[in-house]
Amino acid sequence: MTIYGVAILAACLLVGDIAGRLIGAAIGVEANVGGVGIAMLLLLFLLGRDQSRLAASPGVRSGVEFWAAMYIPIVVAMAATQNVAAALSSGAVAIIAGLAAVALALIAAPLLSRLAGGGA
Amino acid sequence: MIADIVAHSLRAYSLIFAFAIVGAVIWLSYGASNLFTKGRIHGSAIAIAAGLVAAYVSGRMTGGPKGLADFPALAGFGVMGGAMLRDFAIVSTAFGADLATLRKVGPAGALSIVIGVGLSLVAGAVIAVAFGYKDAVSIVTIGAGAATYIVGPVTGAALGATSDVIALSVAAGLVKAIVVMIGTPLWASRIGLNNPGAAIVYGGLMGTTSGVAAGLAATDPKLAPYGAMSATFYTGVGCLVAPSVFYLVVRLLTGEA
Repeated sequence: MTIYGVAILAACLLVGDIAGRLIGAAIGVEANVGGVGIAMLLLLFLLGRDQSRLAASPGVRSGVEFWAAMYIPIVVAMAATQNVAAALSSGAVAIIAGLAAVALALIAAPLLSRLAGGGA
Repeated sequence: MIADIVAHSLRAYSLIFAFAIVGAVIWLSYGASNLFTKGRIHGSAIAIAAGLVAAYVSGRMTGGPKGLADFPALAGFGVMGGAMLRDFAIVSTAFGADLATLRKVGPAGALSIVIGVGLSLVAGAVIAVAFGYKDAVSIVTIGAGAATYIVGPVTGAALGATSDVIALSVAAGLVKAIVVMIGTPLWASRIGLNNPGAAIVYGGLMGTTSGVAAGLAATDPKLAPYGAMSATFYTGVGCLVAPSVFYLVVRLLTGEA
């Protein structure tokens, strides 16, 4: 049943989000600490292993794969709802600060990738 | 009369309308990709860029903060592109990810988050100082905005920054997200962003979940889960470090401590 896949995905996101908020509260941060990342790990743990019986069920697969296929369209809708006008009219400080942060990360990326050793 | 009926339908089914429009935009974008660039510029990159342009034009027309979603008939874009469905879709992409790879490059990913947060805070803070900000609260808040547009206001609120500085920090984070969305496919090959390990490091260094999610979608969707995974931990680390350790360091440097 397709809904099983959707429900498993939903449960992972909810558990991950609650866990992320609990971690945030525990360390005194007013933010969700990695809730989506935790949810991804949960989903991988449930469905990502070769011997997973859940992942072998076509219904479960189709429920999860539908949303994975909707990822790009959702990202396009997200882009269309960004506050681009505010970002571009915010003045030089914000624009240069944002650009500088990206530039530094770009310089560091190849160095750290080498450390990560590919992993293809 | 007909216009009223159509408008009523589009408002009543706003999310469905958004599905239809996004589908058409993606179809046109993939067509344009094949026709004009022989597929060299990814269709999704064109669609995302079109979305950003539409968001800019809408913002100018409506004066609102939500891009296309500020038009009542296009409010469905706010649901489709909002945090709820975005996070749901991001989590679903993990299904295709490889657990062994994650385990292998996990430590490098964690390190890249810490380095990424540090670099962004310093970059933003240096720019703030260069533009004449002298108090630690403003400097740190703008630095936090250069991390992500969530770290900025969370930090600013915690430290009691003024509302115009908080607005600047949000704007800095937005600029970062947009630059990463558009730029990632352009510089991906130059920085070796073509394998899961590099994607994890990239997500950790950039940290903007929306920027990385869209940037990797436009580069190679297979890399998206790896980058998104590390990026989602970045905001938490930023919210932890910026108002605490980083604020104390900046206070020492400004002589307020």
